[in-house]
Amino acid sequence: MTGEQAIRLTVNGTARSATAEVRMTLADFLRDRLALTGTHLGCEHGVCGACTVLVDGEAVRSCLMLAVQARGHDVVTVEGLADGDRMHSVQQAFWESHSFQCGFCTPGFVMSTVALLRENSDVDEQEVREALSGNICRCTGYQSIVEGVLLAARRAREEGSVL
Amino acid sequence: MKAPAFEYHAPNSLEEVLALLAKHGDEAKVLAGGQSLIPLLAMRLARPAQVIDVNGIASLGGIDDRGDHLAFGAIVRERTAERSPVVRDKAPLLAEALPFIGHVAIRNRGTIGGSIAHADASAELPAVAVATGAEVLVCSVRGERTLLAEDFFKGHFTTAMADDECLVEVRVPAAPAGAGWSFQEVARRPGDFALVGVAAMVALDSSCSIRECRISLLGVAPRPIRARRAEEALHGARPSAETFAAAAHEATAELKPASDLHASASVRRHLAGVTVRRALTTAAERAGGSL
Repeated sequence: MTGEQAIRLTVNGTARSATAEVRMTLADFLRDRLALTGTHLGCEHGVCGACTVLVDGEAVRSCLMLAVQARGHDVVTVEGLADGDRMHSVQQAFWESHSFQCGFCTPGFVMSTVALLRENSDVDEQEVREALSGNICRCTGYQSIVEGVLLAARRAREEGSVL
Repeated sequence: MKAPAFEYHAPNSLEEVLALLAKHGDEAKVLAGGQSLIPLLAMRLARPAQVIDVNGIASLGGIDDRGDHLAFGAIVRERTAERSPVVRDKAPLLAEALPFIGHVAIRNRGTIGGSIAHADASAELPAVAVATGAEVLVCSVRGERTLLAEDFFKGHFTTAMADDECLVEVRVPAAPAGAGWSFQEVARRPGDFALVGVAAMVALDSSCSIRECRISLLGVAPRPIRARRAEEALHGARPSAETFAAAAHEATAELKPASDLHASASVRRHLAGVTVRRALTTAAERAGGSL
């Protein structure tokens, strides 16, 4: 198949449908066809991690997946985390810990963190650094990001906050 | 950074894949996890007219324990293998190497078969395949054949597969009873491409001498290479720091790795020696030897 294809998938819990050329990445599809511009594109070749989203619950680089490959799958972007005006617990922890400066990389860090803590919230600093090593930030020096992740992890363990 | 236009196929059976490959030959690329192919498309280093997506072929998605080996279908994700108890149990060298590949989000999509077929000389899995004596099953409309990993890798991004062949399965032998193993690599940051690395296996006999030893190096040549002379020198030897230092020298002294802005040839050669020594030491300890 070539040309524009119909893409039906679930995004942030809602059935969505739009067309895309077969060469279009999931990242471009989310941003340009579904107007979900919370997913950021830094490098467009799988190095920076800014475009990380969840596909069927797993963290995936949306620039390294074609939109046609997401047909029928369940995608969660950073827009899908908050509950109305109430931030997701990872977003809340990042906000309290000043885990960003310019914010460009933040959606990717948040989505990677959600995937990490859903699998295992009993993480130490070294494990957090390793798990986030695929996300690049040029402002913070990472210290405040690691603190935000550890805060979210502690709340998940001690308070059972929803991830 | 946008891929060139191509025709996209998403067949549901291996037969359809093979028919497409027979028709399109080197105009076609098989898309598995896409973690190497899609960047190549984005940078337009690859411009296939046809992309054949094999992710819809459910029969290629299993890890099959066949007693003396584990068979990985072409679309088994690296992360799936990493989480698999049977892989940890029967293929511990592979299990140890998997977390070194890229990052979690890469391994969630990337496949074992795809990494082998891509044949990057600095990648982990080709070196593991050579060290473990893995076999690769490739199919075409002309039939199927099984290749030993050592014969499969030919050079930079080059394998023994013909243009109409598709990698279908990777067979990793179960670790021999009593064998120890180690995977070591040096990278600037976790998840970066390795500068050098080594996959090693050591088995001891009842007198704690080395019965069998396999050493495979990555990042030092256009394809993963066995350190055969070092392996032979270790045969029958007793594990010791001196023995392994000599083996590390033997394995790396004549290497001619590439120089680039990440590391010079001499740095790579030095680091290869260090990783070989560490890997042999760890493998021998895991095999029950005391140094």
